[in-house]
Amino acid sequence: MPAVQETIDQVKAIDVDQYKYGFVTDIDSEKGAKGLSEETVRFLSAKKDEPEWMTEWRLDALRRFRTMEEPDWARVDYPKIDFDALYYWAAPKSVEGPKSLDEVDPELLATYEKLGIPLREQEILAGVEPKNRVAVDAVFDSVSVVTTFKEELKKAGVIFCSISEALREYPDLVKKYLGSVVPVTDNYYATLNSAVFSDGSFVYIPEGVRCPMELSTYFRINEQNTGQFERTLIIADKGSYVSYLEGCTAPQRDENQLHAAVVELVALDDAEIKYSTVQNWFPGDSQGKGGIYNFVTKRGDCRGKNSKIAWTQVETGSAITWKYPSCILRGDNSVGEFYSIAVSNGYQQIDSGTKMIHLGKNTSSRIISKGISAGRSSNTYRGLVSAHKKASHTRNFTQCDSLLIGQECGAHTVPYIESKNASAVFEHEATTSKISDDQMFYCLQRGMNEEEAVALIVNGFVKDVIQQLPMEFAVEAQKLISISLEGSVG
Amino acid sequence: MNAPTPINHTQAEAGLVARFDAVRPSLAGSIAVTALRDAAAEQIKATGLPHRRVEEYKYTDLRAFMKSAAPLAAPATSAEAKSVLDGFESYGALDRYRIVIANGTFNADLSDVDALAAEGVTVTDFNDGLAGENGSELLATPKMAGQDGTLALNTAFVQGGVVISVKDGADVSKPVELVQVAVGEGAQVSRNRIVVAKGATFKLLETFAGDTGAGETNVVFDYDVADGAKLAATRLMAGKAEGAKLFTTLARIGADAEFKALGFLAGPAFARNQQFISFTGENSEAKIYGVTMARDRDLADQTLIVDHAVPHCNSREFFKTVLDDEARGVYQGRINVAPHAQKTDGEMMTQALLLGEGAEMANKPELEIFADDVLCAHGATCGEMDADLLFYLRARGIPEAEARTLLVLAFLSEAIEEFDEDTVTEELGARVRAWLAA
Repeated sequence: MPAVQETIDQVKAIDVDQYKYGFVTDIDSEKGAKGLSEETVRFLSAKKDEPEWMTEWRLDALRRFRTMEEPDWARVDYPKIDFDALYYWAAPKSVEGPKSLDEVDPELLATYEKLGIPLREQEILAGVEPKNRVAVDAVFDSVSVVTTFKEELKKAGVIFCSISEALREYPDLVKKYLGSVVPVTDNYYATLNSAVFSDGSFVYIPEGVRCPMELSTYFRINEQNTGQFERTLIIADKGSYVSYLEGCTAPQRDENQLHAAVVELVALDDAEIKYSTVQNWFPGDSQGKGGIYNFVTKRGDCRGKNSKIAWTQVETGSAITWKYPSCILRGDNSVGEFYSIAVSNGYQQIDSGTKMIHLGKNTSSRIISKGISAGRSSNTYRGLVSAHKKASHTRNFTQCDSLLIGQECGAHTVPYIESKNASAVFEHEATTSKISDDQMFYCLQRGMNEEEAVALIVNGFVKDVIQQLPMEFAVEAQKLISISLEGSVG
Repeated sequence: MNAPTPINHTQAEAGLVARFDAVRPSLAGSIAVTALRDAAAEQIKATGLPHRRVEEYKYTDLRAFMKSAAPLAAPATSAEAKSVLDGFESYGALDRYRIVIANGTFNADLSDVDALAAEGVTVTDFNDGLAGENGSELLATPKMAGQDGTLALNTAFVQGGVVISVKDGADVSKPVELVQVAVGEGAQVSRNRIVVAKGATFKLLETFAGDTGAGETNVVFDYDVADGAKLAATRLMAGKAEGAKLFTTLARIGADAEFKALGFLAGPAFARNQQFISFTGENSEAKIYGVTMARDRDLADQTLIVDHAVPHCNSREFFKTVLDDEARGVYQGRINVAPHAQKTDGEMMTQALLLGEGAEMANKPELEIFADDVLCAHGATCGEMDADLLFYLRARGIPEAEARTLLVLAFLSEAIEEFDEDTVTEELGARVRAWLAA
């Protein structure tokens, strides 16, 4: 079936030429470390006053990176990246350790305001119900400029700061967990990131604590010819809970810019992490010029029993997206979830999906992925669901729908489903008529037609999570959620 | 591109290279055909046998499986082939014609050539074709098959086969059994072209008799289904076998045509049934089924690509797999929908039932879609036997073993029944029972 008009209009509203965040902030900034070399890595490490072991760790990653080859299996096509033409460090000059918001360059605050990100704690306090407050870590090019609500979080025992700060203040925690989910040599871009990551967020939720507010990091690339390599590490100790949001934008430029991030999540016994992303990097113009290369490695490790990690992503930006937020379900009874809405327009290329690796007993996972391609874009879902030999009684349900608008785009589905345990029950479907017969029957019996029923059931899963995004992140998400499932092609 | 770095040949690869050098002078074909054979042999020499680092063979590591290269089977006499056939049970008393390929080459004596001629079907030696002016055309491979290793092995070593031509409008009254007979041990490599001309109807039963020992069996079935034609092909590979069983379907389907195929695999230590199917005319339909059973440490692989290159075609892919012990099952299916192939309807389903604790299933149902007004769906399930169903049957007094048999039979029968070829339904059901009883 072709797409309905309503859907076409909604996708058009977020087309590449409608990009709202393409402005450049004119701010005095400092760039350094051009080209990829040992000096660059030492410079970065020194700049951030890192301990010796960290510098070595980075150098080791760089050496490994030199021996690796760029992967070419993804369905994306782009000219080779010249890593020596990039700057690995760019920071607003005024950023040298502002102690409070008043010390932050007003230009920066204005930028974030323009992006709809509230950095002023009092404003948030004035307008919004306390339980909806969000603590923000704002990363501007290579550095974290400010982290809000730090004090209040500290009272609850929650550590939320930039990773540079964490390396100085909590080196033992960082050392224990950094690279334990995404090893240094995991893949080409993760290794590059390990060598040159500049900043990012660090979160530690102590045992039994339910994080009192949403945590969020907002990434902004501003400078020209810089790569952004951020690193996020979230640890939820036993019985804790945290919901974390990530947003990103970049100015409109003719050149492509590289963003190669690594995100590591660790959930110990009974802990739960919700990680949501609204990815809105500059997607390139309507001719396919410019845009961000978004090569990201995101992985969560359900290390403890009964732990849970849920990824939610709304992808509308980036010229090229290459990311597979994954869950390693190591602990018995752990749960992994992945909800994704990926919309590609113009010349965007998306190759994204997830991996659910069942290692523990009674683990379960759920994947809901909706891809919408328009213009001349290409949108690929690539996923892996696997059950280890010892992972008995595991469950997976996967549903991926895709929708094409126009004749020059492509939608692809490449699922790998590997079961090495007879008691594992895996279901993968891309038909709109085969959710659960029981659920369908229930809805149909109450007078809904089939399409309404399917929309209700599938959106029910997604909405569940999306509705918990704070308003400023939820605008795009809400728009996309209402897109009907009509014309799904699997 | 850099020149491929020379690989370290495994014993089998080195054996294949030596085998090619040894048999090259005796293999049939025009100069152009010989050039194709040389190129294929060169490919094997340069890249080796397909292995797990080759995406299409990710789960089906032929390099690891093949320990050595058995020599090609020597030509067999009619009497020898007949004695193997006499001891071979395929479709029992089913009234059918027979075409015999013995040790890779066409045996006219044992084939119903004259009776088929009367029905409008001509059967000729594939090697005559290879020697002719357009010989190389007979070895053409579709683009979507890429540098497929199984096809390269076939091209290099093909010993012979048949060209079956069904004339315009012919409605052949009986199914035709195309049987590959192995006399003595050794590798069997044949290729068969089946041309079903406009408006003709043809039913083909593909069977395999005899024991090739450690030698591989590599057979290509190359179908041309012309406009308005109907072809139903049933491939039946049942029984234990030590050597690799490699089957390739190449099919081109014209306008308003119907193509139905079922691949039945039960028993071999290593089997791969790969199919490359493309629509060349509009308003056609392809229905592809697979019934796979494996136990011990055996591997069974069903791989296919259906290329919807033109609009208004429907395809249905339905595959069932039952795995016991530590067997491994593989399903790799891909539906391609080309730009402008609007109104395509593709529906792919793969289901696996794991009976053994150590059984492994890899499902990879892919969609590649470039047109916006299409309906494509795929599904994949994998799991153990439903305890509730088992309980239901046992509660009604059916012993557990029998209840299990019933459930497996019911599971596999879904595909066999949907294939809906009454000439084979009964036989395939009996084969499933035999496998379960073994």
